[in-house]
Amino acid sequence: MATTTSSPALGVVQRLGSQVLPVLLIVLASLLAWYALTVYLNAPGAIERVLEPKGPWTWRDLLAATMSVPRPVLPAPHQVALDLYSSLVDWPLDSPRNLLFHVAVTGQSTLVGFAMGTALGLVLSVCIVHSRTLDRALLPWIVASQSVPVLAIAPIVLVILGTMGFSGVAPKAVIAMYLCFFPVTVAMVQGLRSPQVIETEMLHTYAATRWQALWLLRMPAALPFLFPALRVGIAAGLVGAMVAELPTGAQAGLGARLLTGSYYGQTVQIWSALVMSALLGLTLTAAMAGIETLVLGKRKQL
Amino acid sequence: MNTRPPSAPDIRWTMSLVVLGLAAAWALLHAPLADPQTPKTALFWVATAGIATLAIAGIRRLAAIDGPAMYASATAALFGLWILYFWQLFTVALEVPRVLLPAPTLIGAAFAEHLGTLQTDFVQTVVKAVALGWLLGSGLGFVVGVAIDRLPFLQRGLLPLASLTSTIPLVGVAPIAVMWFGFDWPSKAAVVVLMTFFPMLVSTLAGLQASDRLERELMHSYAAGYQRTLWSLRLPAAMPFLISALKVNATLALIGAIVAEFFGSPTSGLGFRISTEATRMNMGLVWAAVAVAAVTGSVVYAALVALERRVAFWHPSIRGKK
Repeated sequence: MATTTSSPALGVVQRLGSQVLPVLLIVLASLLAWYALTVYLNAPGAIERVLEPKGPWTWRDLLAATMSVPRPVLPAPHQVALDLYSSLVDWPLDSPRNLLFHVAVTGQSTLVGFAMGTALGLVLSVCIVHSRTLDRALLPWIVASQSVPVLAIAPIVLVILGTMGFSGVAPKAVIAMYLCFFPVTVAMVQGLRSPQVIETEMLHTYAATRWQALWLLRMPAALPFLFPALRVGIAAGLVGAMVAELPTGAQAGLGARLLTGSYYGQTVQIWSALVMSALLGLTLTAAMAGIETLVLGKRKQL
Repeated sequence: MNTRPPSAPDIRWTMSLVVLGLAAAWALLHAPLADPQTPKTALFWVATAGIATLAIAGIRRLAAIDGPAMYASATAALFGLWILYFWQLFTVALEVPRVLLPAPTLIGAAFAEHLGTLQTDFVQTVVKAVALGWLLGSGLGFVVGVAIDRLPFLQRGLLPLASLTSTIPLVGVAPIAVMWFGFDWPSKAAVVVLMTFFPMLVSTLAGLQASDRLERELMHSYAAGYQRTLWSLRLPAAMPFLISALKVNATLALIGAIVAEFFGSPTSGLGFRISTEATRMNMGLVWAAVAVAAVTGSVVYAALVALERRVAFWHPSIRGKK
């Protein structure tokens, strides 16, 4: 930004005007469009089920009715917000009516799977960088798997782990794991190879061992490649954990919440679960971005 | 690093090693030793270990050869072949339950047996939901991106929000899409449109900024107007961005359609097949459906790479390749 640095307050104001204001306006416009859609989509049902039986009605009644019909086609934003709020406040944390309970269930399997997938990806990428055989034989398959919908094998993983007697967190974590693992491996191989020849040769002249070269040069050089992959990985892991909750008929978790909502036509419940999973995704990614700033710190600005 | 050039005897040795390994592997697969009925003696394990050693030696030697890219692809192919072989050998010889892991031949048989079903599923999921949703979503993202090119205010508002959507499990809208558009493919296409729209929008906006100042000033000195500059400079410069978005979107579209079918679908579709046959423990067909999805993804990706070489031939990442 080419702001004049005469006054920091002025800079903040300009920043607000140029960056925050447009986003706020877009959000506001989307909310208005959402309300308009709510009225439009719910009007036929509201007229038929609420207004017609009561006799003559005005457009004010119609407006009010579209926002309060049971099982609306599209609930209004404030309905979703109220449902979300009441689920968070009116129920204890261990009740299935509380969305935070489902967030905890899904978030737990996402994080466990994410940790396992990242560890596996790190180990494998170190092996690939140090072994020409693995590099030539295995890496092409891992790269190719990026273009394949690997999430499709989630039901297979569930069946296999189910027959082996695993249930609960484990199957979901495994699916989240293999979704995180691919991007981390590919990015880390790229990152571990990013040091220049001259840097590797310098460590060689210091008689550094392979491990020292890995620890002192390759790992730090790979971090800027690792973090974007971690952000992609944790988002993919969340989708994996949610999808893993579908075929098992799981009772808890955001995916299960979505599914029961669609079984019983509880549209408000679906929307609040959806908003909650979006918030969870944003929080997880923001946490990764926070860790990235902590670890890379000033390096990023250079 | 081992960087000696390949010499003829070296390659010949490697090839003989690979062929020897494959021949021994074939022999063991058909020997009575590997028959499920015979008890697995030490001899079986010795033979298996021997073949594994041969396999690893062959792959190692092939990987060590420098030279044409052909050798690198051959290494990967050989590795894949060996994985398939041991998969086949262990599942058959050790009688691994089919539910756990069906042998590759069994998956092949299931594929051949249910060819008609899988064809219907392919049409339902890929030809209808994925192709339409992918084209519509990517097309909309592109059009919106170009349309707001001259509105920096809208760009600054949309770009952060569009980037944020990549962290949201968008596929969760599937139950809502089913309610609005019914059980059939339109609801899946709608999910795909939503999932592919934002990556394309972000890439289009980034791509349109890709041409640098010098090039734009050159166009200006030619007295080229906005449209001419867009058409002759900025869109071609954006091509690598657009194609990489198409690649990302192709995978996203397949995932979106398949997962949306997990939420509810009519009686056909790859996602439907995978989820219902998995609950019926008919794993051969499940693996066959997964293979169809995987091959579709790879073929589309390969086609897009070929397209990239044609339309973005000038880009440094492609220019070097023949």
